[in-house]
Amino acid sequence: MSLSLLSRGEMQFDQLLQYTLSGLSTGAIYALIGIGFSIIYNATGIINFAQGEFVMLGGLFTLTCLDLLKLPIWAAVPCAVVASTVAGLLFERLAIRPLKAPTPINLVIITIGGSILIRGLAMLAWGKDTHSIPSFSGDDPIAIGGATILPQHLWILAITVIIIIINKYYFYYTISGKAMRACAYNRRAAGLVGIDVRRMVLFSFLISSAMGAMAGIIVAPLTMTAYDVGVMLGLKGFCAAIIGGMSSGMATVVGGLLLGILESLGAGLISSGYKDAIAFIILLLILFIRPQGLFGKADSERV
Amino acid sequence: MLEVVGITQIFGGVTALEDVSFSIRKGDITGVIGPNGAGKTTLFNIITGIYTQTSGKVLFEEKDVSGLPPERLARLSMVRTFQNIELFGGMTVHENVMVGMHTKSSSSLFSCALKMPWSIFEERRIREASMKWLEFTGITELADVTAANLPFGKGRLLEIARALAVEPRIILMDEPAAGLNSQETLALGQLIKRIRDLGITVLLVEHDMELVMDICDRIVVLNLGRKLAEGTPREIQDNPDVISAYLGDDD
Repeated sequence: MSLSLLSRGEMQFDQLLQYTLSGLSTGAIYALIGIGFSIIYNATGIINFAQGEFVMLGGLFTLTCLDLLKLPIWAAVPCAVVASTVAGLLFERLAIRPLKAPTPINLVIITIGGSILIRGLAMLAWGKDTHSIPSFSGDDPIAIGGATILPQHLWILAITVIIIIINKYYFYYTISGKAMRACAYNRRAAGLVGIDVRRMVLFSFLISSAMGAMAGIIVAPLTMTAYDVGVMLGLKGFCAAIIGGMSSGMATVVGGLLLGILESLGAGLISSGYKDAIAFIILLLILFIRPQGLFGKADSERV
Repeated sequence: MLEVVGITQIFGGVTALEDVSFSIRKGDITGVIGPNGAGKTTLFNIITGIYTQTSGKVLFEEKDVSGLPPERLARLSMVRTFQNIELFGGMTVHENVMVGMHTKSSSSLFSCALKMPWSIFEERRIREASMKWLEFTGITELADVTAANLPFGKGRLLEIARALAVEPRIILMDEPAAGLNSQETLALGQLIKRIRDLGITVLLVEHDMELVMDICDRIVVLNLGRKLAEGTPREIQDNPDVISAYLGDDD
């Protein structure tokens, strides 16, 4: 009697561990995408709803580099990041910058339009099929406690940590990063000390499309990729950014991880059909109850 | 050094400035004064590229800078401060000044990405160089305070320190004494004189007559959008037009 209880408890613990571990790696992806949202939002005040498309482009450009150009994976990844970043810069130059005296609603609609356009072009270029990308280093599962994870999960966590560290370093320990934070705090004053605000806007698109692309590349071996994966990933990343109060720092990272874990637990313990619903219920609750983010003071620091 | 030529500014049907011309000599402290609504702030916003004038020209070191945006002017070594201080609230006092040195840094995003170690070196150089301006304005002990938490008077000093970090040849101050107590105003006067002694030309709009008369080398008086007088503080004080503009006519 007591023995069977114990073993049931153990099994549940193993399951929880399993859900948490896989939730962490999806959460890391959401965090990366969410930080991309925050960086652009802080530099420009724009919620860039095209953010998810750069995630999609990252995965599909990698596919092209691997299949068509026959590049090895270590070369394909940087090439795909560069290609997606160029797309991000073009998007800023052609869609965002030409607007004179834009209002927030103009910009939001433009980013939505841009996202539909990019998705359409991707559909023409890569077709409607779902494509798979090989894992970076094999598919042999690794046992951790009673749970197992794939090497790709470790890649995701490690790359996310590295990107977050570089990001932090850039914003706090370089002059260019400080200038970008300055734009977020006070655009007018930033102009007055000689910061070219428009260039900083371009930089913000550069950084976040590169981060989004990277997220799309590292997740593609696990979830496959297609021309329309950006929509859902983008919304989840947006959700992470909202939980984090649009901070481009740790709050959004925690927001992404939290979202990933809750989703994975919800899917495992309740029903996998509710996986996406959980994310959006959280999004709505946060927007209703704590629009400043889960950790934010009413007027939180936002960079 | 700085020359304003025939500036006219019309907002809708209202003529805010009409054919205003004057020039500023290098190394002077020049004050722009005038009753409320005289057009001082409008003139300031035109010179510093925030408004674009209806007609007329602004020449800075013989170069036409009319209509250039503020960040271009800053790169040409012209900076300004605001009446309502504009700081980077979430950054420390020290970081605020470091951002001021941004234009003098060669660290673009790309070189940051490609030459990380080199950018650390540059950051350190700027961190040290910016201390000089904190010392100059007397706010060294506040270096690690978040700018949003500064009392108003210290915030103004920080705004000046940050402007100086741009290494300007001319600094324009919009009512620098507004909101300061008399002691702070006195210290500000001394600070402005020390800025001039560095060889930086100063142009200020100010309501505090005592301060203006005390520190300015030359004064321009505006009234109802026109230039009323120009001269040394003594000449201005004795000018009957100025006295009547400020005190009203007897008839």
